[in-house]
Amino acid sequence: MQQIQSLSLNNLPSIWVEAFSSQLIAEENVLAWLEIDLDTQLHFAAGLVVVTNKRLLTKMASDEIWQEWCYQKDLLLAQRDYAGVGCLELFDAHARIAYWRYRLGNDIAVSRLIECFTQQLDYYLTGKLPVVAEHTQVQCPNCAAFLSSEQEECPVCDKQSHAPPSTWTLLRLWRFAKPYKGRLLIGFLLTLCSTAATLVPPYLTMPLMDNVLIPYQNGQPINTDLVTLYLSGLLVAAVLAWMLGWARTYMLALVSERIGADLRTATYEHLLSLSQEYFGGKRTGDLMARIGAETDRINLFISLHLLDFATDVIMIVMTAVILISINPWLALVTLVPLPIIAWLIHLVRDRLRIGFEKVDRIWAEVNNVLADTIPGIRVVKAFAQEKREAARFHAANQRNLQINDRVNRIWSLFTPTVTLLTEVGLLVVWVFGIWQISKDEITVGVLTAFLAYIGRFYIRLDTMSRIVSVTQKAAAGTKRIFDILDHVSSVPESSNPVHLSAIQGQIEMRNVGFRYGTRSITRDINLIIKPGEMIGLVGHSGSGKSTLVNLICRFYDVTEGMILIDGHDIRSLPIAEYRKNIGLVLQEPFLFYGTIAENIAYGKPDAMRSEIVSAARAAHAHEFILRLPHGYDSLVGERGQALSGGERQRISIARALLIDPRILILDEATSSVDTTTEKDIQKALDNLVRGRTTIAIAHRLSTLREANRLIVLDRGRIVEIGNHTELMAREGYYYRLYLAQARNVDTEDRAIVSVAEHSAAGEHK
Amino acid sequence: MNGADKYQLNRNSYGRLVFTDRIGLMQEGVVPVRSFPITDPDQGIALIDSHGHELLWIERLADLPEDYRVLIESELASREFVPEIKRVLKVSSFITPNTWEVETDRGESTFLLKGEEDIRRLTASSLMITDSFGIHFLIRDRLTLDRHSRKLLDHFL
Repeated sequence: MQQIQSLSLNNLPSIWVEAFSSQLIAEENVLAWLEIDLDTQLHFAAGLVVVTNKRLLTKMASDEIWQEWCYQKDLLLAQRDYAGVGCLELFDAHARIAYWRYRLGNDIAVSRLIECFTQQLDYYLTGKLPVVAEHTQVQCPNCAAFLSSEQEECPVCDKQSHAPPSTWTLLRLWRFAKPYKGRLLIGFLLTLCSTAATLVPPYLTMPLMDNVLIPYQNGQPINTDLVTLYLSGLLVAAVLAWMLGWARTYMLALVSERIGADLRTATYEHLLSLSQEYFGGKRTGDLMARIGAETDRINLFISLHLLDFATDVIMIVMTAVILISINPWLALVTLVPLPIIAWLIHLVRDRLRIGFEKVDRIWAEVNNVLADTIPGIRVVKAFAQEKREAARFHAANQRNLQINDRVNRIWSLFTPTVTLLTEVGLLVVWVFGIWQISKDEITVGVLTAFLAYIGRFYIRLDTMSRIVSVTQKAAAGTKRIFDILDHVSSVPESSNPVHLSAIQGQIEMRNVGFRYGTRSITRDINLIIKPGEMIGLVGHSGSGKSTLVNLICRFYDVTEGMILIDGHDIRSLPIAEYRKNIGLVLQEPFLFYGTIAENIAYGKPDAMRSEIVSAARAAHAHEFILRLPHGYDSLVGERGQALSGGERQRISIARALLIDPRILILDEATSSVDTTTEKDIQKALDNLVRGRTTIAIAHRLSTLREANRLIVLDRGRIVEIGNHTELMAREGYYYRLYLAQARNVDTEDRAIVSVAEHSAAGEHK
Repeated sequence: MNGADKYQLNRNSYGRLVFTDRIGLMQEGVVPVRSFPITDPDQGIALIDSHGHELLWIERLADLPEDYRVLIESELASREFVPEIKRVLKVSSFITPNTWEVETDRGESTFLLKGEEDIRRLTASSLMITDSFGIHFLIRDRLTLDRHSRKLLDHFL
């Protein structure tokens, strides 16, 4: 425990150092501390509890003096927690002498505090130095979690830092645009040229007016050469603008389509790498909307709106330059409305962004209603709740309308205002232009050119103002995409993974604890499973069996302790490589849409046909597959052939058999089928289990007779270990569980048969 | 509950509730649990033993004798931690995850919001915000919050 002893005052939170240092007596060392953020009445207040080698010290920020308890016989420090709030209690032989409340932030700091206290108390009472535990692993300096030698950053601390992402979300799309730099540059140059080409015609109206039309009105004949020159100039400019415009739009649409596709793929890939925890907290409809609709919206934004906007900006700059070069004064008057419009845009931007984010959220909500109801349609119909579901959808839509109405109220005001400003701007130009002509400062041609220019100019401003809304929409969409992309998997891939060529299948759990949200699910699990051993996990539902399995599969990461495979922390192994060693058979097997052969070969897509068939034979699935009209090529899954629960289960067993895993996990593999089918499955399972480390969860204890050892769990702890006979002889927890089931077994079988008949009848509807 | 005489309830020196049933069997560390903590907190309170088994069902707290009621209420108060947000002072960013500085009925505090989906609508105007550690913050009526708070909150609804 060197790390602990080297703790000095410097490690204390800075606000406490000064107050605390005066308290220390000679030869007193701080061993552990805990910052308290609640008082005993559960109001927010700061406080500190410190364990030193002499005593336990504590003070709330509002207290005048420190309270202290020196080590003495019968002192006990213990903690419990409920719904996110922990309680640390100090007892003596007769009563509770003090307690502290805190929000559960750093669970490990609490257990370390208690550990240090207990050790020091022990030392005080017995005089024996605390046993220095020989940990080969390095400890995290912050939270004392054990790190495997390869890990540099502590996964526990890492997980807790949630830095808010920057607001310039749209710029982050650059990451996806980068590979197309070259093409983007070409597109930009094309935009520049095509915009310049569109600016030629109004310029030509100036000499056309001054050199041809006005002289004609003043009695001179029309100069046909000049007219031909100007008009062919107009035609060439128009044709050039058309060609360049086509090339630029095509080029940029090409690029944006690719960026969109990359974005979609990257998001989906990242989504797949996220832990089970993430999917547990999200709703399917929402995730689907994000990947589908949002990427499409961003795509459209880049290819259409961003392009238009860039063109507009270029056009405005070019127009401004041309106008100033013709007549600076008139140009100044023409450009005055520009800042006003810019200010107006800025004003509305914030409101619109919030509005559009709301629209997005409510849209996801509408989708969620659908995603909730359609898969559960049998339940909806069975309970005749169509009306209610329709009402729910109606309500979501109503809210959608409401929010859209509010956004549209601002939005609808916006465009007419811009149009009004355009008209006023034109009016100003007319007034100032006529005045200047009357003073002979400009010609009629110049005024005509100006009007032609700003006619386009203001129209561009009008469309430009639209960029506000689409940018906001795209930014909102980008944010939602990056919400997924920024989400760090809570089962992070080790930065320096250890590759194991072949594993033996020894699983060791050391002080494993897991907390889901604020609920502590398992605690202090210590267990070594030998290679090839079959373990049965037994316990009431909610006792932590499935959690344990999820931890072994690394669907979640342990919050305390560690799980070792052949002596390596599973967090230090590459996730995909590690999971290849695990075969999982679930209670409700999931078949993908595809052929039976594809489903069996899901974990090993390059499997030979002969391998697939032998896996199916071993899983006792071969015969029923041959009875199907297309054999192994029959389509199954959501839109395919209907298979019974037992048949699907045997396919999933074949799937697990094919990858030949060293570790096998059977999570209630036989509980959703009737007893006859169970016997078939059991035969298939016997083939599967042979020679592999197996962890089986079964509700029916009779199916676990084969297990070498049974682990009995109760409320997240191991209560008994032993084989069936031993545990029966002990007459403990397992014995009671077994008796309770044996009593029910007759009724259960009867119930299952009738349920099976029932559901079979249902299938034929 | 008319069987108030059939059991006893008191607090021992360890700060735990002790339940004694009518045949004199004692259970230490009994906890009261509300069945509908959010929608109807006073209806249906169960006394649960340390193994999670129900010992007693109390339809309404008001039905209990005074001393038992006080005992249960104090135990509930020490377990319930749902700070009610009175004002939202600051939100670090409009993009989640972000840190909220709030004033609650239990003093000022900060918490981390992981995502907008952690803001749950209870009724049309009341909200429940779950922070990154799973602590629930209640907003009883968002319409009665001050303008600044409403504006900040509105970004996330």
